[in-house]
Amino acid sequence: MEFTLLIYSDPAGLEKLSQAQATEVLNAYGAYTGALQSAGVYRGSNRLRPTHTATTVRVKSGKTEVLNGPYVETREQLGGYFLIDVKDLDAALSWAAKCPAASHGVVEVRPVWPRSEFEG
Amino acid sequence: MAHDWIVSARAAEEAARRSYGKLIAYLAARTRDVAGAEDALSEAFTAALAEWPVKGVPNAPEAWLLTVARRRMVDAARRRRLSEAASEHLQWLADLMSDEDEQLVVPDRRLGLLFACAHPGIDRGVRAPLMLQVVLGFDAATIASAFLVAPATMGQRLARAKSKIRQAGIGFEVPERDALLERLEAVLDAIYAAYAEGWSDPQGVDPQRRNLADEAIWLGRLAASLLPEQSEALGLLSLMLHAHARRHARRGPSGDYVPLAEQDPARWDAAMIEEAETLLSKANDLGGGGRYHLEAAVQSAHAVRRRTGHADWPAIERLYDALCLLTGSPVAALNRAVALAETRGPKAGLAALDELANDERLANYQPYWAARADLLARSGASESAQQAYDRAIGLESDPAVRHFLQQRAAASLDRSI
Repeated sequence: MEFTLLIYSDPAGLEKLSQAQATEVLNAYGAYTGALQSAGVYRGSNRLRPTHTATTVRVKSGKTEVLNGPYVETREQLGGYFLIDVKDLDAALSWAAKCPAASHGVVEVRPVWPRSEFEG
Repeated sequence: MAHDWIVSARAAEEAARRSYGKLIAYLAARTRDVAGAEDALSEAFTAALAEWPVKGVPNAPEAWLLTVARRRMVDAARRRRLSEAASEHLQWLADLMSDEDEQLVVPDRRLGLLFACAHPGIDRGVRAPLMLQVVLGFDAATIASAFLVAPATMGQRLARAKSKIRQAGIGFEVPERDALLERLEAVLDAIYAAYAEGWSDPQGVDPQRRNLADEAIWLGRLAASLLPEQSEALGLLSLMLHAHARRHARRGPSGDYVPLAEQDPARWDAAMIEEAETLLSKANDLGGGGRYHLEAAVQSAHAVRRRTGHADWPAIERLYDALCLLTGSPVAALNRAVALAETRGPKAGLAALDELANDERLANYQPYWAARADLLARSGASESAQQAYDRAIGLESDPAVRHFLQQRAAASLDRSI
């Protein structure tokens, strides 16, 4: 089963870190990615730039609206994600707990909806 | 009034903690309807919180709770009566009502309840959660967090286990002599699993988890007090007390992780170690030689550092030799390799670890990679050590341990440059 681990954290927390601490956090993410790969469950991941870089688009009554900033303004922002393929939710939660984000933010675990289930 | 309410609330809480499993065991023994007993008891506790502040705490709180819970069970059974026509059940309820108020001392059937929770018919993974719920009254959400399982999933697993007890006719009896040893192992394994989940929060930052280690020890005390002739029950309690005696020493002043070898023995809980040693020597007198007895002896060999300044590594090596033969567990083999590194040097430890390199069960096991990294660094194989450290860091969920490993990795790199 594929699961996304959605990482939410307060970017202000990361900005407060010293250079050495920030390097340690980055290295921890690198080690975590390596552990996922060695276990054969890694399917992909991306880090996102902070939400102040976001631009939001929608089309309403035929007119486009383009807004500065994110769709939802919250203190804890979506900062990135991992996509993993594991046996079940228990295994996904076990990996989520090991994600460095779990100790400085939260990790939301969401199953990927398989295409075959909603496409004819 | 506010004061009375607090006193009564505390009395209800204390009664809950002390009596919960006893009352569940008694209420569910005949019908095996654990879920029904839980509902009835929870209503009784609600009634106690409403009534005790007004009328005062009863002389025999346990009997009071039992009486109210029994009435609730009878009411629930009457509501179901037409559909179920469970005559035996109703006969039992009639018996229950007839001895109401006479029986102030609730017979202790908790040991039977523990055996029911660890019955071979109950999935191994749900035995410890089930014990925590039915013997100690933990809610599913708390248990789910401790065992890293979704709360909804944990709720379903517990409900399924309870309905299995009811439908499969799993009794609340303590097994006869022949079956006792085998069945006892499952009971002790589940208690230890609960302890191990609590242990993962040594600093006690998470009150629910710290509680869990204490509660597992409470269950261990219960098993040891009810089965004082079983060396494994004594061994498990000794093992848990030894490990728990070091809980404060595992963290430095700023919350840093401190590995066993670097802990200050003065910060170990001396009284708890004494109790653990007494239990261990009783287990020795009984013959013993089981898994928990041996593991308690390992802990004791670490604890001698209090007096001699160093752990008794030759003894630890011998004990892990015996544990490997007894259990065939890769974790015992891993610990044996670590002991070998102390008695014969890091290269000997590494050679023993190499023999485990293809064991699938250790591939994503953090302690294997942490041990490997440490021994590689100590033998001067800096590059391989970095890879092993990285693997251990990626598999660790405790930020303090992760930080510790990252510092060790950096120190090993510095030495090699």
